[in-house]
Parts: sequence; C-alpha cells; structure tokens
Amino acid sequence: MADATPADATDSTNKVIPTILEREDLVLNNRSFGWITNRICGIVENRQPLLWWLIFIPCALMALIGVGGGLTYLVLSGVGVWGNNNTTMWGWPIVNFVFWIGIGHAGTLISAILFLTRQNWRTGVNRAAEAMTIFAVMCAGIFPAFHVGRVWMAWYLAPIPNANAIWQNFKSPLLWDVFAVSTYFTVSLIFWYLGMVPDLATIRDRCKSGIKKTLYGMFSLGWRGGNRQWRHYEMAYLLLAGLSTPLVLSVHSVVSFDFATSVVPGWHTTIFPPYFVAGAIFGGFAMVLTLMIPCRKIYGLQDMITMKHIDNMAKIIALTGSIVGYAYLMELFVSWYSASPYEGDAFRLRTLTGPYVWAYWIMMFCNVVSPQLFWFEKCRRNLWVVMAVSMCVNIGMWFERFVIIVTTLPRMWLPGEWGLYSPTWVDIWTFIGTIGMFTALFLLFLRFLPCINIAEVKWTKKEADVHHDEHPHPGEAIDEPTYKGRRDDGGVEGSSSASSELEPATTS
Amino acid sequence: MKRVHGYLAEFESPKALYKAAKQARDAGLKNWDVYSPYPIHGMDAAMGLGRSKLPHFVFFGGALGLATGFTLASATQTVVFGKLFSWLPGGLPYPTVVQAKPTDIFTTPAFFPIMFELTILFSAFTTLFGLLALMKLPRLHHPLFESDNFARATDDAFFMCIEARDPKFSRDETEGFLREIGATDVELVEEQI
Repeated sequence: MADATPADATDSTNKVIPTILEREDLVLNNRSFGWITNRICGIVENRQPLLWWLIFIPCALMALIGVGGGLTYLVLSGVGVWGNNNTTMWGWPIVNFVFWIGIGHAGTLISAILFLTRQNWRTGVNRAAEAMTIFAVMCAGIFPAFHVGRVWMAWYLAPIPNANAIWQNFKSPLLWDVFAVSTYFTVSLIFWYLGMVPDLATIRDRCKSGIKKTLYGMFSLGWRGGNRQWRHYEMAYLLLAGLSTPLVLSVHSVVSFDFATSVVPGWHTTIFPPYFVAGAIFGGFAMVLTLMIPCRKIYGLQDMITMKHIDNMAKIIALTGSIVGYAYLMELFVSWYSASPYEGDAFRLRTLTGPYVWAYWIMMFCNVVSPQLFWFEKCRRNLWVVMAVSMCVNIGMWFERFVIIVTTLPRMWLPGEWGLYSPTWVDIWTFIGTIGMFTALFLLFLRFLPCINIAEVKWTKKEADVHHDEHPHPGEAIDEPTYKGRRDDGGVEGSSSASSELEPATTS
Repeated sequence: MKRVHGYLAEFESPKALYKAAKQARDAGLKNWDVYSPYPIHGMDAAMGLGRSKLPHFVFFGGALGLATGFTLASATQTVVFGKLFSWLPGGLPYPTVVQAKPTDIFTTPAFFPIMFELTILFSAFTTLFGLLALMKLPRLHHPLFESDNFARATDDAFFMCIEARDPKFSRDETEGFLREIGATDVELVEEQI
C-alpha cells in the first residue's frame, strides 16, 4: 500500500522516497515453492488422519439413510410424507433449498469477485470454497427436483415441449430458477475444474506409475506448464471470473424472485434480491470458515491459510451481516411506513404475535447480533470466537429462510385458511442427510483433490514476481498482482516509463 | 529410432528465466516456450506474445446464448413470434396458458432472466472449449515428459525449451546459447518414433 505522505515538490535535489507499508505475508515463514507443493500434495498422497474416517463414515451413513432412504420413501409414497400442507405448500424442503444455494455463493464470490478486485489472499481458500459451492448446489438441487411430487415428470422442467407438446412457462420465476441454478452449477463446475488442471498436473508429476498417475494424468489433460498455455489459461480464468460475478449476483436474485414476484404480504418486496444475495454471501462465508478452521489445524495448513485470511473473511461476514441486518430493519420500517394493513399485520405476526415468533428472534440474534463481535480485531483473530460466530450464522441463515417461508405462508390473505406447519420425520431426516452428504463429499474432496490452489499460492509469494526485489517507486505497490497485457515496446507492462531505467536496454 | 525434440534448459529463478526469455525473443526464435509452476507476471511480453484471442470466441458464444434465450422464450410463448417457427414439425408451438392470460403479448422483460442465464452458460462453455482448443490440450503424451527433470516444472523449477523444429536451432550452437543466457542445466530431449 503506497504511503500517503507526498515527496516535497519544491525540493528536487533531495527526493524523498516514501516508505511502502508492507502487507502481511500470505505465505508465512518464508516457505519455498517446494514446501508448498509437498504440504498440499502430501494431503492427497499420504494416509488420511483417523479423524477423517471418524467423520466420514457417520456422514456417509447419514447421507445414505437421509437422502437415499428419505427420497426413496418420498417417491414411493408421495409428497404427503412431508409436512407440507395447504397454504404451507413450501416448508422445510424449500427452506433447505434456499439455504444450500445460499451457502454456495461464497465460493463463487471468493473465486470470481475477489479475483477481479485483486485480493490475493483468496488463493488460500478459493479451491475449498469452490468445492463447497459444488457440493452445496448438489444438496440444494435435490429439493426442487423432488418437491415436484411426481419426480418421473421432472423432465417437464427442461426447455423442450412436454408430453402434451406444451412448452414451459418461461415467464415463471420457478423456471428462471431452473435455468439459474443449472447454469450456476455448470459454470461453477467448469471454473473449479479448470482451476484444478495445473494442480492435478503437479500431483500427476509426483505419482509413480499406476492407476493414480493415469487418472490424474487424464484429468490434468497433459498440462505442461508452458507459458503458451498459461497465457490462454489466465485469460480463461479472467473471463470465467468476469462471467461468474454477474452470475452469482443473478442466481440468488432469481431464487428471491420465487418469493418476490408473488403477491403475498411479507414476500412481495423489492428488497429481496439484494437481501438474499447479501445473506447468501454471509451464510456462505460462515460455512467456509466452519470448514477451513478445522482443516487448517488438522492438515497443518496454517502457513497458507493464515490469520490474515481468517481476519479478512470475518470482515466480510461483518459487512454482509450488517447489510442483512439493515434489510431486516428496512422490512420492518416499510411494513409500518407503507400503511398497508396486510404488510403491517404480516410483520406483527412475524415479530410479536404469531406462532413462529421464537424463530424470528433466533434469526435476529444469530444474524444481526452475533456477527457484531467481528468489529473487534481481537474477536476476528480468535479462532474460538470465529468458529462460534460462524456456527451461529449458519444456524441463523437457516432460520432466516424458515422465517421467510413458514411465518408467511400459514398467515396469508384468507384467515379462513390459516393453519400451522410442522416438519415430519422425513423432512428432518432428509435435511440431516444433506448435511451428511455435504460433509462426506467435502471429505472426499480433501482426500483426492488438492484442497488449496497450489499454483496460485506460489504466485502470491513475493519471490514469484520477477520484479520483487527492485527499487519500489512512489505510488506503486510492491507487488503487482495481475497480468496487464503486452505493451507494444515489448517492455515491462503496466509500469510507468520511469521503471524502464531499471532494465538493461533491450532492442525492441 | 529417436528424434531430437529440443533442448530443455533449467534456470535457477523466475527472474533468470524472465531475462533469458527476453534474449531468446530478441534472438528471433519462434518454436520455444518457458515452463513454470505458476504463470510468471510479464512473461508474455518477454516472449513477444500478445493477448490471447479467447475473448473473441467467448463474445460470440455469449451472443449466441443471448439469441438462443430470446428465441426459445419468444417463439414458444408468443403466438406473434411463434408463427415464424410454425414450419417446424409440431406446427405452431403451444405456450403454457396461465390463468387465461393472453399469450400473444410480447413480454420481453419476462424473458430477461432466461436470456441472461443462457448468455453466461454459452459463454462458459465457449471459454472451456475455446481454452482447450487454444492450449491444444488434452494432449496426454508430449516429448518433454520423457525428461525426468521436467517433472519439476509443476513443482518448483523453471525451464526453457527450444525445439528442434525452430529454423534457428542447431544441435551444437543452441546449447551454448542457452548457457550464455543463464541456464544452469541443459538437457537434450529426444522422443521415440
């Protein structure tokens, strides 16, 4: 970060070079490139710690019983085994759907938006966060697919004429959801996979011959690390980051349209798209922290996922939590200011007099009160506090979707149809099953794939930059993180003309 | 029967490789490349390469996605637009009639989410396949993999390879040139044919 004190303009013989404020190191203890490779590939190559098995087996069982068993029972018996009833036709299943999709958004934000804003610290966590996105979207997709009732007709959602030759209703947000979530999954998968190709090549090159080398070799596509490949690769990465940024903003907006385009009081509000997106990022970062804090301890990754990383993620949680808190307060304000009796009643029922008031206040505490701790640096850098607040936020974000759906639907326009909702054991077990599925998939990812982006972490080291030990110029950051393109004189791109005096004169 | 693929030279640091690349570029070499475990900032200019052409492909892919989204939604939902496609098998497409609302209105804003998502989807596919095409991957076998030392290109070492098919390549002189520009180790890479 360049220093703010300007050089004295009138004194040209006594030039003051301002001190450049050093950024915190992203790779601690001066680890070498080889150490980084060994540490990350070692997780894949060596035996897993016992804890891996102790968590994996129960989670896999939970997934099998909850998701496998629960969904089979659902398809065999019908949607009646869920707690959904008339007026609350969206209960836990859609709460879970929005919950899981929201969690996925942090991965794309870390990969795409933090890349575009040149936050190099993202390299320690982006691979795991993207993996988390893929698995969260898989868990999420189960619910809309199976809540249709007659699952064997779910192909009606695809953009082809259905069995009666009728086309889908492209004006419906439910169908926009299908397109948005499918696109999100596909693009995230492409981004995650392309990001892994150089790292899979690293693992391939360390393997002795055998089935492992063949598989890693196949999936690394024969990557050689040549600059002629890197330049296209970097461009593709930039393009995918640029595409994923509007995608992540649009997907949860489209999910919010499921609610916002209705006419139900409590749902029919324009604040939903930004509120949902901020909430998704909020919940997603909490999940990233929940996963990363144990991982870095168990696998010894503290030098690459440093306290600076955790500090930054906690700051993002504080920010998005504040946006979410603001959205809650705005909803309450508008329910009064609008003078709409239905809107006012909807929120009175939600906060004071209705049957689910307890859920609303759990949500408020977890989402608004608990992240306020992150204003204090001591709290952001204390792993126990961070872990506790992340867990709170995970719970709070589930309750937020619960409040949105289950406090609104039982209290809609006609008092005659007001009812209550409670989940059945199938609902509960299916949700527990998805938690197990998510954790089990994440553990498999840790077992077989490089959990940190090896090439990018190496690239963030100071030694990786060819100009790192050269005299810094006033106003220029010490590390220029991104590729800026060629200048026609063939010289060093992106720097001011003054720096060319550092290079030996080249013929151009 | 062995054929010479080229000389593989190892360099001790990214800075040394960067300087050497500039000299190789200035010497007028064409069939050569540098290998590193991460993309070295500034290497493209040092090698005399321009920007990648990938964005051009992706733009057209995205435009195709946009057009597909618009056509798909309009042709099937609006009788107005659907008439253009009535020559296809199936005849005039049947839109979903929701609560007797008329289907011959042109409600383009309702189609924006679909158009947007398909733009991104098609752009992403074009990025993926365009990238693979430009990188000429997957290519599971390459002569450089014959070299044992080359395995460190994805770990912590920096290499330059000048290929034999380059017009300025010479079995005797190129090795000397590489040592001159700073290589610490030069290896002749041959492939079996």
